[in-house]
Amino acid sequence: MQLESMYQEIILDHYRHPHHKGLRDPFDAEVHHVNPTCGDEVTLRVTLKDAAGEAAVADVSYESLGCSISQASTSMLTDMVIGKTVAEAMDINGEFLRLMQSRGETAPDEDVLGDAVAFEGVSKYPARIKCALLGWMAWKDATARALAEADAETADSAGPAETTGPAETTGQTDREHR
Amino acid sequence: MTAAGEITKAAGESALLAPLDSDAIRADFPILGRAVRGGNPLIYLDSGATSQKPRQVLDAERDFYTMHNSAAHRGAHLLGEEATDAYEGARVRVADFIGADPGEIIFTKSATESLNLVAYAMSNAATAGPEAARFRVGPGDEVLVTEMEHHANLVPWQQLCQRTGATLRWFAVMPDGRLDLSNAGELINDRTKVVAVTHQSNVTGVIPPVAEIARLAHARGALVVADAAQSVPHRQVDVSEIGADFLAFSSHKMLGPSGIGVLWGRRELLAAMPPFVSGGSMIEVVRMEGSTFLPPPERFEAGVPPAAQAVGLAAACDYLDGLGMDRVAAHEEELTAHGLEAVTAIPGLRVLGPLTTEDRGGALSFVVDGIHPHDVGQVLDELGIAVRTGHHCAWPLHRALGAQASTRATFYLYNTHDEVDALADGIRKAQKFFGTA
Repeated sequence: MQLESMYQEIILDHYRHPHHKGLRDPFDAEVHHVNPTCGDEVTLRVTLKDAAGEAAVADVSYESLGCSISQASTSMLTDMVIGKTVAEAMDINGEFLRLMQSRGETAPDEDVLGDAVAFEGVSKYPARIKCALLGWMAWKDATARALAEADAETADSAGPAETTGPAETTGQTDREHR
Repeated sequence: MTAAGEITKAAGESALLAPLDSDAIRADFPILGRAVRGGNPLIYLDSGATSQKPRQVLDAERDFYTMHNSAAHRGAHLLGEEATDAYEGARVRVADFIGADPGEIIFTKSATESLNLVAYAMSNAATAGPEAARFRVGPGDEVLVTEMEHHANLVPWQQLCQRTGATLRWFAVMPDGRLDLSNAGELINDRTKVVAVTHQSNVTGVIPPVAEIARLAHARGALVVADAAQSVPHRQVDVSEIGADFLAFSSHKMLGPSGIGVLWGRRELLAAMPPFVSGGSMIEVVRMEGSTFLPPPERFEAGVPPAAQAVGLAAACDYLDGLGMDRVAAHEEELTAHGLEAVTAIPGLRVLGPLTTEDRGGALSFVVDGIHPHDVGQVLDELGIAVRTGHHCAWPLHRALGAQASTRATFYLYNTHDEVDALADGIRKAQKFFGTA
């Protein structure tokens, strides 16, 4: 059966026992993404930190409703980006996007993707690519918002002091990822 | 409140009807002979999304393009005449199929466009002449829909309210998937300008009592729009029995080509209704300062008409009438009864909607404990079984029934008992694969 090529054991493991699930405080940005064709949704928060002058991923927390592929993919994402610099994590995100758009034609870069190479089988099913990308696109969006907020705060700090708590920096979006 | 009369009648007569000859019918549908994933034969249970097309429809469309193709209602040449005759002949055929007058049949691009046509005509009425007064809506007026609508019969009305300041209200859905009509007397009132309701749910198969709702609405002077995209393909529909003022359906769900839909409207209403899409073909006199419009149906058919699609749709009507819509309905009722029995025997499965075929069509949506519908659909696809997964363009209905999404099988005249059994087997295989049973 071809099913095993899509539902690799590691994917089913993440689906049954998701990592880093649940929404945690504090956070720098929160987004809500949906897959309008099936109603799958994820609310995802990112917390950034400073790592030797570079922005890094301190935490990614989320609540989600969806199929095994979207749940496992979001779980694996958190494993892969927490602790990385934002630049490294964006590279991983880009490589995962390339894998999902490959239709199974190009071999994934295991050095960059690690366990996420297990999603190669999913890339052969166009209808499921959106499922696999739901959490990854939400993370990218949330991170971009967190960085933009951080930039805005840096600019503000040159002027009159005005502190902005994390709750007010929350971004909310409802939109289809690509 | 009484049930839709025509269905009760069909069910009562079904015992006397000769069953459809599945083998002969399937031979007319070339696609049903192909293999899909894993070399499995195709089991197509997604006709609620779009139906397959018989050779007769494909041949009719091909013949038009091969021998008669040209722009209908234009051209000083023989082909133009033939295309016009073919297109207008299709209008007569479609009218006959639903017991209407040909002048009341408007060809659109889809059922969705048909519903939008009415909704936009109602806001365009604000700037049209006094004849369009009864279509005007504004602040203080109410637009009434139901929680079980397909997005195509919900979003256009939300948008109409947004454009005009009218208030959107809706009938709620009960846990069994039927409409809650207990507050009909309050919901349908003197402020109600239009009631838009499905003639058959695309998720639960529920057949709401449209005739009864129309009676209440008309008593208050409201217009009634019925979304018949899921009823016209599957049972005998006679516009004189429904009581609605407008009826929308699409060709591609009833064996016809995609790209053409139908709006039926009462003659006197169409005559007073302002246009939605404007341009060529729908004008009477055009000057730089302004234009006047043709009477219906042309007023609502701007642009070169979809003649080949109309010809294909007419062939689909011939095909369906050749079998007999009462036999089609009886066949689907039998499959639905079998399907309900087969899937409700599966532990951990919940059907969305009624568990009997009473006032219910052949849409069978369900959720399986512990397995997301997308994953159920993936296992079924692996077995060659085509179903739909998600919310099927009826998100509020899923919310009302406490389901994030569902898996949906829909039955049509070419489906068989064995295919329904294969569906039930496939669901059990999915449970085994994901370790939930």
